[in-house]
This record gives sequence, structure tokens and C-alpha cells, in this order.
Amino acid sequence: MLDKYETHEHDVVIIGAGGAGLRAAIECSARGLKTALICKSLLGKAHTVMAEGGIAAALANVESADCWQTHFQDTMFGGKYLNNWRMAELHAKESPDRVRELERWGAVFDRTPEGKILQRAFGGHTHKRLAHVGDRTGLELIRTLQDKGIHQGIDVYMECTITRLLKDGDRVTGAFGYWRENGRFVVFKAKAVVLATGGVGKCFKITSNSWEGTADGHALGFEAGAELVDMEFVQFHPTGMVWPPGVMGLLVTEAVRGEGGILRNNKGERFMEKYDPKRMELSTRDVVARSIYTEVKEGRGSPHGGCFLDISHRGAEYVKRKLPSMYHQFKELADVDITKEPMEVGPTCHYIMGGIKVDADTGATRVPGLFAAGECTGGMHGSNRLGGNSLSDLLVFGRRAGIGAGDYAAGAPAANIADAEVEAAAAEMTGYFGRPNPESPYKLHIDLQNMMQSMVGIFREEGDLTTAIAKLQEFKQRYEHVAVEEGQRMYNPGWHLCRDLKNMLICSEAIARAALMRKESRGGHSRLDFPKYDNYWGEHNIIISKDGPAMKVEPRETVKVAELAPLVEARKAKESSK
Amino acid sequence: MSKRTFVVWRGDKDGGNFVEYPVEVEEGMVVLDAIHQIQRTSAPDLACRWNCKAAKCGSCSAEVNGNPRLMCKTRLDDLPGEEAVTVKPLKSFPIIRDLVTDVSWNYTVNKKIPPFTPKKGADFIMQQCDVDRVQEFRKCIECFLCQNVCHVVREHNQKSHFFGPRFFIRVASLEMHPMDALNRIPQIKKEGGLGRCNITKCCTEVCPEEIHITDNGIIPLKERVVDQFFDPVQIVIRKITGADKPQPTEQPDGVGDSK
Repeated sequence: MLDKYETHEHDVVIIGAGGAGLRAAIECSARGLKTALICKSLLGKAHTVMAEGGIAAALANVESADCWQTHFQDTMFGGKYLNNWRMAELHAKESPDRVRELERWGAVFDRTPEGKILQRAFGGHTHKRLAHVGDRTGLELIRTLQDKGIHQGIDVYMECTITRLLKDGDRVTGAFGYWRENGRFVVFKAKAVVLATGGVGKCFKITSNSWEGTADGHALGFEAGAELVDMEFVQFHPTGMVWPPGVMGLLVTEAVRGEGGILRNNKGERFMEKYDPKRMELSTRDVVARSIYTEVKEGRGSPHGGCFLDISHRGAEYVKRKLPSMYHQFKELADVDITKEPMEVGPTCHYIMGGIKVDADTGATRVPGLFAAGECTGGMHGSNRLGGNSLSDLLVFGRRAGIGAGDYAAGAPAANIADAEVEAAAAEMTGYFGRPNPESPYKLHIDLQNMMQSMVGIFREEGDLTTAIAKLQEFKQRYEHVAVEEGQRMYNPGWHLCRDLKNMLICSEAIARAALMRKESRGGHSRLDFPKYDNYWGEHNIIISKDGPAMKVEPRETVKVAELAPLVEARKAKESSK
Repeated sequence: MSKRTFVVWRGDKDGGNFVEYPVEVEEGMVVLDAIHQIQRTSAPDLACRWNCKAAKCGSCSAEVNGNPRLMCKTRLDDLPGEEAVTVKPLKSFPIIRDLVTDVSWNYTVNKKIPPFTPKKGADFIMQQCDVDRVQEFRKCIECFLCQNVCHVVREHNQKSHFFGPRFFIRVASLEMHPMDALNRIPQIKKEGGLGRCNITKCCTEVCPEEIHITDNGIIPLKERVVDQFFDPVQIVIRKITGADKPQPTEQPDGVGDSK
């Protein structure tokens, strides 16, 4: 029955072609494995392209005191010690090599006067650590990997959406999806599959994420039996645009603050003096986002419900050179000249720290044959990610997942796929056509986003979270009726959204349930009813897994690494003595 | 809130027509917002490519009132008066559906260009002033608006022996990279069809990243073609110094042997 569908067979199939997916694919194909890279959009358009400020790596080009130990400590402190210690260690140790490697593949970073890679300051980083290219570092990263990858014999499948992982017993052996262009179905057989699908921002109303951020990997992994970890930790980036309405949430890079930008309220006060007098604007993102939110809520916000961010004191020439896309973005979209006047900014859903639980060294999930890397995984960033640690995460763990999946595939028998699974996956997709009493997928999506924004957003409390979970059950009922008109399968965005909604509903429920369980405030999770740190929760992650039709939610003790304990203790002591 | 009429091309490779949609206009709205509103309210199957909505990914290229633009940075208040806004797909690429075209030709061309190849022993010590120009070209977001307006592609459809402005600056970014060892000038002359460009600068005019495609990229490449193929003095000097021999390169990355 399988021959009914277009079928491709590979050693490793990588789902997602942002930084992590591309880096994994490069590693696999370099090892001689037949590698597929599947992207929902065109190659080179993934959300990585939006990363602006830089890539964190202790190169010590600008401040010679920097070293992996300090980067590790900064990452752990930023994540409020809930991070996977081993991941934070590998990340700090290996990111300099990944940056240098990128340069050898053709990336052209901004330079120091000595001709080395320039590094800039960023929130939560002790030293100037972010290698960057103006404010378009993500574009440089993805283009470099893309140009490297296409010459390595990777089979790239563009505008193809995966809707289901296919299994042979316990083992993942492939994936099922559709071509956006013509709506036809396609089956990928693989000895190993890597999820690198990115984030979940589209669960929220105000987000910096593109349409692709629909929690695909989180949901596919969950459905296939993988565990999710730290799902309550959602990063609201402090500075998104707040006006005009069409661009609300669009990212304003942290590099503005890294280059000296100052935050003020409508009274002209530099309010970060109140919330974090030591780090000021370069405090960690969770702190700055909550501070802005509080200023607005207490009536000291800007006209469009944000606060003011001013970089004009650095001079027009400097601003245009170091922050060119911000200059154009504000000039063209908001009629604001940032070299002369302040920007209006407010928090926007930017990143999820939580995701698929993986082995730090190999990216392996608990499901045989299934690996994951990048934003769709959890653990690396703990409860809050530092700016710049995402691009480095993609490269370090993209490569490691590539090695892990490659090793697994090299020793694995051929993949089998059961016809029944493929038929079920196909029936799911055709099921959205012409249902009676149709529900508009657009309407349900807006309702979900509004609910998540108001009840599971930047500040949370028990009542709201309980309501949110009840609402999600209601939305799941409504999801059963989402439909599009009979017929059109070619490039039909309404049809695509129907399926994306399922992923977002699963992910939203995981976020809400974990948020309800964590009775404390930490990093990207702030409870009005439990505003302080809690010792028990400071030692426990929340793990979510599929339990029949239900979602199992349980705390599990954070795994530490004995050799790293002195570094962590030293940082804790230093912070408490402040 | 005012209303404005949008006239959007609907159809596929077999043909199509313009369909009118009313759109509620909000302050600061861009064309892509209007397309999304049409999808939400009246045409859920209206096909359109987009990703970042911030002019960083180059996905939402279309022809708005006849001008090739990114829909995400074309504001309605910059379009004249109360007139209807016409949106149609890029002309130079085959239609898939509605506003979505088949841009795969561009990916085919890119694959033909030999990748960055470092010189043997390259130390990667580079001054900012030496990489400014390369960085300018690397700002390209691959929206393909320049490919769409280039008359060699648009009017004469010479895709089979022409790389187009996007890939001329890609080649320029490699040729001007201080650490790159290869010579892609023979390729750009022959296979790339650089000579077909007669520097009308249409590409530069539409570039949303304001890259000086013609002045900084194409013209210097044309000069290099002249140097290498048509300048007798240069040819003699190269013969004497041996500079026309290929330089040794290395691939020091170690990918794939990471056990």
C-alpha cells in the first residue's frame, strides 16, 4: 500500500532547516550518510534568519579574561540553576570552535582593530562575548550553513510539512507529510530522525515568531513518546515593537541595549535602576521584561502601551552602522528615526526554554531512532535563556545530534513502516475537508492566542491557569470541527493551519499544566501567587509525557555534574554576596 | 476605520484572474496585513508566502500596484490615495498558485557556484575595511526581486545561461573575500552570462536591503572579466609571474570525523 505515496529513503531525515537542522545535516552528510533535510518554507527562510544580536562564545577576542567556565556560570545563573548541567558545559566549551568553524565556511563577522572576530556586550554575559554581524547575525549563520550544506550532497525537500512520525514498534523509522505546493502526501523512511523544528511562539498573540513557530517538533516528539521538560518556561523578550498594530511583537534586538540603549518610562525615569541597579538594561531578559510590564501596568507606560528605548545618544553614524536593520525597521514601519528619537517597546513572546528532553552528548530522546536539537529541545537554558546563547546552542547541539543520529543510523537495521500508520496519517489530513458544522481554523487560532496571552503569559496565577486548562479542553473539542472547503489541496494555508493547530494545542496544554504545577517564580515563569523562589522547585524540573490520551506531568530532580559543582557554588556565593 | 479595495490575482499555472476584496484599514498597516486579513475573513485558501514579517527573510515578494516589493514593508499609507491596491505574483517565475511562484531556478543557480574555499594556511585576520564590501553583499535576504526585474530574465527569459543579479553579488562576495582562494571569473563570464547585463540598475532600484548591486558588485566583476580575458598587459604579467596557476587550498574544518 505504501507505493500509493511518493516515498524517499534515507539514512537520516532531519525535520527543520534552521541553524540546528542545517548543522545536523552537514554533520550527517559529511560522514557519508544519505541525508534528507526537510523544511516547511524555502531553504534559508527559517526563523534563525531573524536572530539579530549575535552568537555567544568565549573567544576572548575583546576581553581576554573570558573563558568557558565563566560562560558556563553565566548560562547557569541566567537559567537560575535549573539547566541541564552537562548541556551548559558542552555549550560553553564547544561554542568557540563552532564560531571559528563558521568563519572557515565563509561567514564574515564584524572585526576587532586586530582583525579578529569582534564581540559585543549582551544581557547576563559577564564579558563582551557575542560574535556578530551588525544586527543580522542569524542571516549570516543560516546563509553560511546553507551554502556549505548544498554542496555536500544533502537532499533538501523544501515547502514540505511533516505531520507525523512513523514507527516500527518502539523505534521511529520515518515521517509522513505533505507538499505545500500541491498538497500531495509524501513518506520518508529513515534509520534515524532528527527534530529541529524550532519554537512555539504562534501559541501566543504577541510574538516575534514567524508563522512557522507552531510547536511542530514539541508535538511530534510528544506524540511519538518522547518526554518534554521545562515547558513552563517561556521567554518574553523585553523589547518587541508595540506600534503599529500589524507589527506588534516584532523583535527589537537586545543589541540596542548591548550598544548602550537606555530604557525610560513616561516620566523620563531610567526605571531599571529600581529593578536591577547593578546590571541595569543588561539584566537578564526575564527581569527586564517583567520590569517593563510592571511600569506599563502601573501607569508609567508609553502612548502605545510599552516603554521608551533610546539609542540616539550614540550618534546617527554609529547607530546606522551597528544597528542597520533596526534603523530601517523603525523608519519604514513606524515612522520613527531611532538616531533622533526613542523607540516604543514592550515584551513579546520570543522563545521557549522547554522542549524535548534529550541526552546532552548525542541529542537522543528516549525513543529509539529519534533525536532532537535546537529550540524544540529543553534543558540547555534552564528557566531563562541568555541572549546570544541560542545561535550557539543550534550549532553545538545541531552538530551533536547529527553525530548521534549518524552513529545510530550506521548501526541500525533498515527501516520498516506499517501501512496502517501511513493510512492513518493520510486520513487525518484529508479529514479536514468538508466537515459538517465547520469551525474556522483562523478563528480558533486567534482564540487560542488570546487565551494563552492573557492567562498563561508573562504573569500567571492559579485561577487563570486552571481556567486556561479548561479552555484548552474546549478548544480541543472545537478543533475536532476545524475544516476547510472541499477540494483545493494546492498551497492552501487554511488547510495547513488546521493541522498546525493540533500541535499548538498540545504545546499550549503542556505549558499551562507545567505552569500550574510549578508553585514558585523563576526565570521565564512568574506566578503572582508564588512570587518567590522555592527550594524544592529549585532542584526539580517538570517532565511531561504522553499517557494514553492524557498528559502526564511530574517533577523530577535536576541532574547535576559533580565536577561542575564548584563552579556553580562559586557563582551562587558571588551572587548572594551582592 | 476606513475601507480599501484590494485586487488580488487568483489562479494557477493554467490561468487566473483578479478578484476584489474589501479590507478594513488600520493605522500603519502593510500589504501583507491586508492579505492576512483576506485569508482570515473571506479567502482562507489564498496562497501567499511569508515568514518573518520583518523584511528579514525575503519570502513575501510580490508586485504591488506594478512595483516589485516585499509585502511586509509596503505600507498602505504610502500607496496613493483611496485607489484600489493591486497585488499580483512576481512575473519572472512560473506560477504555482495565487501569489506563490516557483523560484527553484534560483536554488539551481546557487548550487553551481563553487563555495567559499579558504587559502592554504589562511589565518582569518581581516580588517573591517577589507570586509565591508563583502558584508554589504551578504546582507542579501534572497527575496529575488532583483531577479524578477532584471530584463534579461523578465523580458528575455534567458534563465538557462544567466545567473542574475542575486548570484552576481553572491559571486562578488566570494571573489572579494580576503581569504578565498578560487577564481570564479571564468565561470561568471561564460556560464553566468555576466556580459548580458547592460547595467540598467533595475536590480539596485528594487533591492530592499539597499545593496548597490550594480555599482559595487556587477561593475567590479565586469572589470575583473576584462582584466583576466581582454587586457594584454595583464595576461603577459600573469604568464611571467605564474599568477594564473591555481592556488593550493585546504578544507580545515574537520566535519564528519568528529568521533
